[in-house]
Amino acid sequence: MTEWQPATLIETYKIASDVASLTFRLQEWTAHVPGQHYSIKLTSPNGYSAQRDYSVASSPEQGGKVEFGVKYLEGGEVSPYLHTMKIGQQVELRGPLGGHFTWNTSMQGPLVLVGGGTGVVPLVSMIRHLMRHIDTESTREVILLGSFKSVDYILYHDELEDYAQKHKNFKLIFTLTRETPPWWNGYRSRINRDILKEVFGHLKDQSPLSYVCGPTAFVESVASGLVSLGFDTLSIKTERFG
Amino acid sequence: MVVNIGFKQKRTSNKTLPPGQYETHDFPVLSKGPTPMVDTNDWSLKVSGLVEQPLHWDWESFSKLPNMEVTKDIHCVTKWSKLDTKWTGVSLDVIMKLVNPKNSATHILAFSSDGYSTNLPRIDISDGKAWIATAYDGAEIPPEHGGPVRLLIPHLYFWKSAKWLDEIKFVDHDEPGFWETRGYHMYGDPWKEQRYTHD
Repeated sequence: MTEWQPATLIETYKIASDVASLTFRLQEWTAHVPGQHYSIKLTSPNGYSAQRDYSVASSPEQGGKVEFGVKYLEGGEVSPYLHTMKIGQQVELRGPLGGHFTWNTSMQGPLVLVGGGTGVVPLVSMIRHLMRHIDTESTREVILLGSFKSVDYILYHDELEDYAQKHKNFKLIFTLTRETPPWWNGYRSRINRDILKEVFGHLKDQSPLSYVCGPTAFVESVASGLVSLGFDTLSIKTERFG
Repeated sequence: MVVNIGFKQKRTSNKTLPPGQYETHDFPVLSKGPTPMVDTNDWSLKVSGLVEQPLHWDWESFSKLPNMEVTKDIHCVTKWSKLDTKWTGVSLDVIMKLVNPKNSATHILAFSSDGYSTNLPRIDISDGKAWIATAYDGAEIPPEHGGPVRLLIPHLYFWKSAKWLDEIKFVDHDEPGFWETRGYHMYGDPWKEQRYTHD
């Protein structure tokens, strides 16, 4: 469905320090492939409109509605408005869109997921989809390496920890780049080649599929790091923003 | 149409932008995968297909072709536009004069070293509308922006300006490239907002 349509906000809550989850109900809903995005359009009373793209966080099994993880950008045009929206208010949506940075359970191989900040959002959609098929997916090795500023900025933290408990082959690994609490036992630096080797090195010869999403410098560094470890370039899909 | 009470315009531009676009002063990077590191010593460009004189160049021979400086606005399908970008490149008119496309060649496919491709009508690379760029803003094109050599076709959405260009093939039909087979428009005119297949 690629026509614009009105969508009604039915749920919103904070998922990290500067990120809100917004779930909209759609009249004409089409199942997305995890990793796809929608365009959101806002129109002011004087007719000015602005569009931005947001990755879907929900799984396609969650019919009729779609969830986004929206970072608050200081001085931004669209995200501050989205953060103040109330239940029942509407935006226009167009999607699902994009046909490359996508994954579903029909695709073979271990899954390498690396996200920086809200770059984790489309990866969460993939993990939620995976968890809906845990009966048949329990043997697939899936590793999410997430990079955040501090604990407060980790997206969907409790939910992801819960999945890691339930799925014995889903590993959840975080690195914090600015601030770490005394009890922190994850990584404490920006993702580098050594971290990538330690976390994903053993998958190199198992035809993994890799998805890397985040700010441009983050994606450049992680994607080239995976290439330097011997990962097949064509098996690494990227989405850069900012 | 939904009207969002309380939503206000914050971004402005001195120029009229294509519909749905906003002006950015950054240069965002959009690529399907890792950035390939193409050394000019290893780079070559092949022009093939329905041409009277297939040719190929290495970096040294390509550098001897007449080039020109152009300043153009560029528009990405992800909604950003960047104005007055400065490039140095060889006009596709120069290339076509050398390879002499056959009358049956109606379109081209441009290929990149990372397996990317995109399609263009021949008319859209003719008469001063398209360049093979070798410099951006007075310097080498950074790898993440397609260096050392990329297409520059500023009147269409920027995914048509293939990065890491290594082959141009003249063909007698319109054949979708990488994004065009993944839901994006075959032509991609930003002023008609041709973002997706059925736009």
